[in-house]
Amino acid sequence: MPAPIRLRELIRTIRTARTQAEEREMIQKECAAIRSSFREEDNTYRCRNVAKLLYMHMLGYPAHFGQLECLKLIASQKFTDKRIGYLGAMLLLDERQDVHLLMTNCIKNDLNHSTQYVQGLALCTLGCMGSSEMCRDLAGEVEKLLKTSNSYLRKKAALCAVHVIRKVPELMEMFLPATKNLLNEKNHGVLHTSVVLLTEMCERSPDMLAHFRKLVPQLVRILKNLIMSGYSPEHDVSGISDPFLQVRILRLLRILGRNDDDSSEAMNDILAQVATNTETSKNVGNAILYETVLTIMDIKSESGLRVLAINILGRFLLNNDKNIRYVALTSLLKTVQTDHNAVQRHRSTIVDCLKDLDVSIKRRAMELSFALVNGNNVRGMMKELLYFLDSCEPEFKADCASGIFLAAEKYAPSKRWHIDTIMRVLTTAGSYVRDDAVPNLIQLITNSVEMHAYTVQRLYKAILGDYSQQPLVQVASWCIGEYGDLLVSGQCEEEEPIQVTEDEVLDILESVLISNMSASVTRGYALTAIMKLSTRFTCTVNRIKKVVSIYGSSIDVELQQRAVEYNALFKKYDHMRPALLERMPVMEKVTTNGPAEIVQTNGETEPAVLETKPPPSGLQPASQANDLLDLLGGSDITPVIPTAPTSKPASAGGELLDLLGDLNLTGSPVSAPAPQIAQPPFLLDGLPSQPLFNDISAGIPSITAYSKNGLKIDFTFERSNTNPSVTVITIQASNSTELDMTDFVFQAAVPKTFQLQLLSPSSSVIPAFNSGTITQVIKVLNPQKQQLRMRIKLTYNHKGSAMQDLAEVNNFPPQSWQ
Amino acid sequence: MRFMLLFSRQGKLRLQKWFLATADRDKKKLVRELMQVVLARKPKMCSFLEWRDLKVVYKRYASLYFCCAIEGQDNELITLELIHRYVELLDKYFGSVCELDIIFNFEKAYFILDEFVMGGEIQDTSKKSVLKAIEQADLLQEVRHPCGASLGSTP
Repeated sequence: MPAPIRLRELIRTIRTARTQAEEREMIQKECAAIRSSFREEDNTYRCRNVAKLLYMHMLGYPAHFGQLECLKLIASQKFTDKRIGYLGAMLLLDERQDVHLLMTNCIKNDLNHSTQYVQGLALCTLGCMGSSEMCRDLAGEVEKLLKTSNSYLRKKAALCAVHVIRKVPELMEMFLPATKNLLNEKNHGVLHTSVVLLTEMCERSPDMLAHFRKLVPQLVRILKNLIMSGYSPEHDVSGISDPFLQVRILRLLRILGRNDDDSSEAMNDILAQVATNTETSKNVGNAILYETVLTIMDIKSESGLRVLAINILGRFLLNNDKNIRYVALTSLLKTVQTDHNAVQRHRSTIVDCLKDLDVSIKRRAMELSFALVNGNNVRGMMKELLYFLDSCEPEFKADCASGIFLAAEKYAPSKRWHIDTIMRVLTTAGSYVRDDAVPNLIQLITNSVEMHAYTVQRLYKAILGDYSQQPLVQVASWCIGEYGDLLVSGQCEEEEPIQVTEDEVLDILESVLISNMSASVTRGYALTAIMKLSTRFTCTVNRIKKVVSIYGSSIDVELQQRAVEYNALFKKYDHMRPALLERMPVMEKVTTNGPAEIVQTNGETEPAVLETKPPPSGLQPASQANDLLDLLGGSDITPVIPTAPTSKPASAGGELLDLLGDLNLTGSPVSAPAPQIAQPPFLLDGLPSQPLFNDISAGIPSITAYSKNGLKIDFTFERSNTNPSVTVITIQASNSTELDMTDFVFQAAVPKTFQLQLLSPSSSVIPAFNSGTITQVIKVLNPQKQQLRMRIKLTYNHKGSAMQDLAEVNNFPPQSWQ
Repeated sequence: MRFMLLFSRQGKLRLQKWFLATADRDKKKLVRELMQVVLARKPKMCSFLEWRDLKVVYKRYASLYFCCAIEGQDNELITLELIHRYVELLDKYFGSVCELDIIFNFEKAYFILDEFVMGGEIQDTSKKSVLKAIEQADLLQEVRHPCGASLGSTP
């Protein structure tokens, strides 16, 4: 039989194939030849045949019949055979096949071979694909080799040990003694693999971690030598000495320093040194800086070092290299929670990254941008994010839209802005908005009572041209159904009212019903909306009746049911129709905020018409206001009603006015829709859309406003830099007694020249032993820059009895009102 | 590192090294998918992408893509250096390496990789040391066997 063709020959031949079929033919022919050669147990050419088989395997052809041959090659005495045999084993065998266990004995022998390169082959194979059984059998041999003085073998044994530990974690203990002197090595290969081994052990076992903490000084020393030592050609990469080792050491230091003050302190200096001295012109230097930053952020580093780290990331953001920018964004995302202010400084750069062409960078920048939105920057950020939503890839739109909704809900500076933002999202990315957004939006719109006319008008205009975006159409249909009367009446305060007739409105709703683009759910919305309009429209009731009756025979069961029921309403239950279809009440959002709003009633103890917690027991709202007035002596003080997230029904508003006559009130923006109340200017509305407050409080000292019986109330201050008459006071109430204080209510009154707005407190319970606080925000408008004075009244339950106290706060620092 | 792939711009696999036991069928699927994703990337895009639960670092050298799949806590930038080091080793060994060298000497490419990386981690950070080891091992291939039979030259 002629000698089997050489490997290179085969490769050359296969590459000449012009079609897949031709290639397949060649391969099959050769495989047949190889198979018969195997059957003949030909030792001379086995190596060649297996090599060819491996090549064909890489092309995607089956090669399992060569598995046993690999084992035979491994058992051979020839180095070439072993080399190919082990390679074949690594490529063709894996732990799923029992065949691999046959290797164990060969590997064991080879681990003890006289030639280190054979030992190396064995270690390599075991370290790459050794199964748990093999690892168990051979761990002892590996451990022996870990203690050898031959650095070539030692480094390989270390990595082999890593694999063994990964496969059989219980064996970790047996390698412990051998690790004793690993770091004393001069050989960088051994050092590197030793650090990897130590890292693996520390990651897997807290005991090991504690044990190896003592190595921190040694690691620091090694790192220092690397940085300080001169040029070492063998390990140099672009002027940096052994960056791979540096990175691994930094990573091990990170694990050792985490949650440990002493270790973190021991590495502070070296980290600062690496951070400041590493050359940043090439990728390799930046790789080290990156690892350093990750370490600094993860251990208990001092704040100066953390700021240094964030600044490095900030510099990364400006780097031309996209990879560096990407890595910076990823890291900033990890640190934005803990070092929020520091990351805020780089906000504009991050926002610029939204315009990057690279998808990975854009995604990171978007996530980071959402994390950075806060009350101060919400307008600017939203503008950027809306622009991003316009132009980004479809895969981002859903997440971006959800993110915008969330941020808008948390930080909207005004209702109108909120509605406008939602409109913008719906019209730009309407089809990508998540399903749960629709009910949330509807609820929001309902609650913005004074914006109903504006909202319905805008929604109507939005779907006039295009009613393909389902979430938009659903919200619009619902609103038109609810507020159609406002739409046709032409009242709109916020913008130019449009002239719309009832028929035009019904036209659009009917188009939605008919359109092929409308989903079944959307059609349901449209039909119900049309029905609701029967009580709000006057001239087109007959048309509505007709539409509804047509859908009584719709194929869509949901529509049919609705239509039939609505028909019945028209026919048999017409007297109930107005009541059933009347305007929806304001929907309650489930909030966990504190006490309910104290509703002013005409001195009667009418229970508050609210769905949240009832007012604290024992309080007569109206009389309480009177008390405050009395105590504060005369007409120069105004009482303030603390606000709650819920709105007051219309009647309460009227009564408020009655009772308190000429007094200056500030109320919640969500309160009574009744236009009779001339609302005093809200502190935030109408202010220019710029960041209202300084990033850092301008150094106004905080004060303890009250401290008695274990209850302490601290005031911290922020001033607006656009409106110098506004001071924001954040109160923090803490309780140093052994029992909680419950039903805590904070009330405040200021002289008449001031205006006060109390936002909702964080809760109504102050836990004992100073284990938590209640925070509440007070906004004070002081246009005449008079000296700030305040009377406060505190009520709470403590140790089973109701407590009450009045106090005057006179120690406001001058910077808070001048 | 979970695995390393080398493939051409036409989607032909030139080397695959797996550091995690995976079924053959899964390997094929993963390779095919990843190749598609990487080949679709435009030239100016960054070298990192998130794919499934892994981070993928890739770099193109002439007509070959070098692609590494790393774990969440691995450093992407140093992985780029790792890839570069491997290319340098190949270059030194073959003398101005090109794709053809790797096609015709794929087993050598594996030997070099196995001397540089084990279990997904770097064995030796010295270029000189790795190359010397390969050189010595190559010499062993030519040594005559004690019993007189030739050890066989390259297959």
